[in-house]
Amino acid sequence: MSHLYLIAHVAGRSVAIDSNQVESVVDIGEVTAVPRAAGHIRGLAALRSRVVTVVDTQAALGLEGGAPAKRAVITHVDGHHYALLVDALEDVAPFDLLPLASGVALDNGWRDVGRGVVERHGEPILAIDLAALIPGYASTTEQ
Amino acid sequence: MDDLLQEFIAETRETLEALSGEIVAWEAHPEDRARLDAIFRFVHTVKGSCGFLDLPRLARLSHAAEDVLANVRAGERVPDRAFVNAVLAVVDRIGEIVEAIDAGEALDDSGEDLLIAALEEGSEEIVLSQSTGPTRGASRSVRLNVDLLDRMMSGMSDMVLARNELSRRLRQGDLDPMIEAALERLSGTVAEMRDTVTRTRMQKIDQLFSPLPRMVRDTATGLGKSVQLHVEGSDVELDREMIEVMRDPLVHIIRNAIDHGIEAPDDRRKLGKREAGRLAVSARQSGNQIIIEIADDGRGIDTERLIKKLVANGKRREEELRALSERAKLALVFEPGLSSKDEVSEVSGRGVGMDVVRSSIEAIGGRVELDSVPGKGLRLAIHVPLTLSIISTIVVGIGEQRFAIPRQAIEEIVTERSQAIRIDSIGGTPVATVRERRLPLVDLAGLLGLERPETGAQMLAIVNIGEGSYALAVDTVLDNEELVIKPAAPVVMSTGLYAGQTLPDSGYPMLLLDCAGLATAARLNFHRDAALEDEEEAVAAEAEGMPALLFSDLDGVRRAVPLGIVDRVEQVDADTVRFAAGRLRLSIEGRILPLAAFGGIEGRKRLNVLRLEDGASEVAYAIDEALDIVRLPDEIVPSCEAGPVAGVVLLNGEQVELLDAHWVFAEHADPERKEAAPLCLLTGDDDGWMRTFVRPLLESTGYRVAFHLPEGETPAVVLASEGQVPVPSPAPVVQLRRDRARPGANDDSVYRYDRAGLLSALQRRIAGGQG
Repeated sequence: MSHLYLIAHVAGRSVAIDSNQVESVVDIGEVTAVPRAAGHIRGLAALRSRVVTVVDTQAALGLEGGAPAKRAVITHVDGHHYALLVDALEDVAPFDLLPLASGVALDNGWRDVGRGVVERHGEPILAIDLAALIPGYASTTEQ
Repeated sequence: MDDLLQEFIAETRETLEALSGEIVAWEAHPEDRARLDAIFRFVHTVKGSCGFLDLPRLARLSHAAEDVLANVRAGERVPDRAFVNAVLAVVDRIGEIVEAIDAGEALDDSGEDLLIAALEEGSEEIVLSQSTGPTRGASRSVRLNVDLLDRMMSGMSDMVLARNELSRRLRQGDLDPMIEAALERLSGTVAEMRDTVTRTRMQKIDQLFSPLPRMVRDTATGLGKSVQLHVEGSDVELDREMIEVMRDPLVHIIRNAIDHGIEAPDDRRKLGKREAGRLAVSARQSGNQIIIEIADDGRGIDTERLIKKLVANGKRREEELRALSERAKLALVFEPGLSSKDEVSEVSGRGVGMDVVRSSIEAIGGRVELDSVPGKGLRLAIHVPLTLSIISTIVVGIGEQRFAIPRQAIEEIVTERSQAIRIDSIGGTPVATVRERRLPLVDLAGLLGLERPETGAQMLAIVNIGEGSYALAVDTVLDNEELVIKPAAPVVMSTGLYAGQTLPDSGYPMLLLDCAGLATAARLNFHRDAALEDEEEAVAAEAEGMPALLFSDLDGVRRAVPLGIVDRVEQVDADTVRFAAGRLRLSIEGRILPLAAFGGIEGRKRLNVLRLEDGASEVAYAIDEALDIVRLPDEIVPSCEAGPVAGVVLLNGEQVELLDAHWVFAEHADPERKEAAPLCLLTGDDDGWMRTFVRPLLESTGYRVAFHLPEGETPAVVLASEGQVPVPSPAPVVQLRRDRARPGANDDSVYRYDRAGLLSALQRRIAGGQG
């Protein structure tokens, strides 16, 4: 069953994001820091008349923080809006979600967010769950 | 009551509309159980409400219908056509009466006996009148789903934010005056709209108060006590959400007061109190706060028992608790896992402690204050903000970043440079001394791990979080702003430092600081802090004078009357006051009391009266309303002439007249009632001290007191202040002295604060002889 996926670049890799999870794609302006919050929380940003919590996706994956990204994917989890920073956006296209090949073990950070793969021109791309990147929320969705 | 009636009308109307389909279906199939149940429920609900609202006609109809329907439900009667018709006629009639009540019209009740008779088995079938639909008054209210209101409110906040953004963007460039004018108009409309929408969320606090009489009665009866409830301020409005949050705490506090506070009738009699305990619940608005007060005249909080209990629980060390100030000891009732009564009773022992009460009130930004007088009662004041979603804040800055602090939490803001401020380090902990008050100092920049430019002086915001205060050092204090606060994402809230987020006019998101959270993060220990304040409190206690009731009099002037002689404050119908036999008199509780009034009472429907008692006789004093209990300062400026005003005192910088209770009694009390008491003449009362201090004491112990000898009377004894013995003296003299130490062996004067000595000296003098 085909489904729309957004192909983005995070930490130098391509990932596929379920379009149902994406509310919009925006460029983030000035960010207000949230002192003493977890390290991967960049801060708060104003998006139209809403306040969104900006998440450094790379740090949330447990990777070294890269260049400060400006572009972000907005998602809505449990009544709050989050902006997940991404390096770049490539494409939106329908794909079939396939299970990970058995025996494939993902790196620590990716393991928690990976939900399967989609194939683009024969190239497998990891499909990730945005909600699992939201700190404090990931722990409740994992079984 | 009007609200309840409106509610009843709306509800009945709604159910009737929903029921009309059921009725038709039931007519076709009288044996249909589900339909029968629906109709039964309807008449049952109407019956219940009618009893409560005192609507006898509706009650009679619905009761009759309920009876016969119950028979059918029990299978004792088979519904036939005649029966169905009779029930339908009753239901129709109920609808007609409800509409008539709403429209305020009279409805002829002639046919009702027939309708009820028709319900009886075997009665003649009645002909259903062709229902033309009752004449219906235009509806003035709409019942709305609460979700819809919430959505409206959140849409409103978004609109405010969108307006702010629009205005900011427009102001960035050169603004066309036309656009500016349009923007102004938009702003005005939005602001007005916000007020209106906010008001839709407001409800009268009556919602909270109306079930109280019943609850108090039931609770008291269950405990074999008798309690008189006095409710005031039911028309104060409060955010609907707030009312919901307040419901359980209020019930809990009242149950506690009846269960733990008010003594059993026998005990009360022994203590010389009225058998029926008094419980006063009141609400009033003060600035942007609502204050709900629950006062009882029970035994107050037994701090000794609290301490024992906590020590027995092994929760706290005894020495530590004993070292606490009185106020901190009282606050121990809020400790978790504490039932201040030895046995958990059925009423208040429900596993909900005062700790839960306090935390739920604090969760909505409120606080609880206690004022307990052992043996006299407990007064509990709950302060809550007017509304949850828009709060008044102070914006502070650390370097470039801005934070908001709830206005309510801030006591004052001072600059570090001020003369009155000292900053020291005690064992490495910074402490700020602000005007003799030592407060822990929290550096916000340090706590949040923010860098700040070394720009010298900081500002100190003195923050109160209920259990104590601390000074919060910030770089700048910028502004006062009304902000729409929304909860932040869980990951932000979990830091425990923030209470929410907001988007101010600047367009940059801002965090609202959680002052209690900051204190916890800075590891402030307020138990110790409270001990530090002890000294200060002791000084304050010494300075406190006699308690007095502050009230606004009929002529609008604020006056005070010593609390000792106020038996109670009561509301009476103006009808009960008559000008009879030469003076105003009030009939109350089957007696006639003289009524003193300092202004006209015409045009008032209800009157508040103070019932003053001097031990022998009682006088009612009409007032506008009781305001507060205050402590009279030592200094009382005596009035220039004898009259209803004894003197003037300074309360919070305001001159307040002190009612001369003596004059009131002398002028107004029924004379025959007080003849028996011996007369004590007070002389040398230049500073009014005797008037305030000695007179209540003497009066409460059965003397009559005079400052000038009334004509034709002989005093039984004379009480003179130091060096003011009248010569010649009309009676034996007791002299007071100011110093505790006896100046000479032969001196028989009495130290003026030696209560027992004074009373016994007076008695001895009256008994005869100078010994």
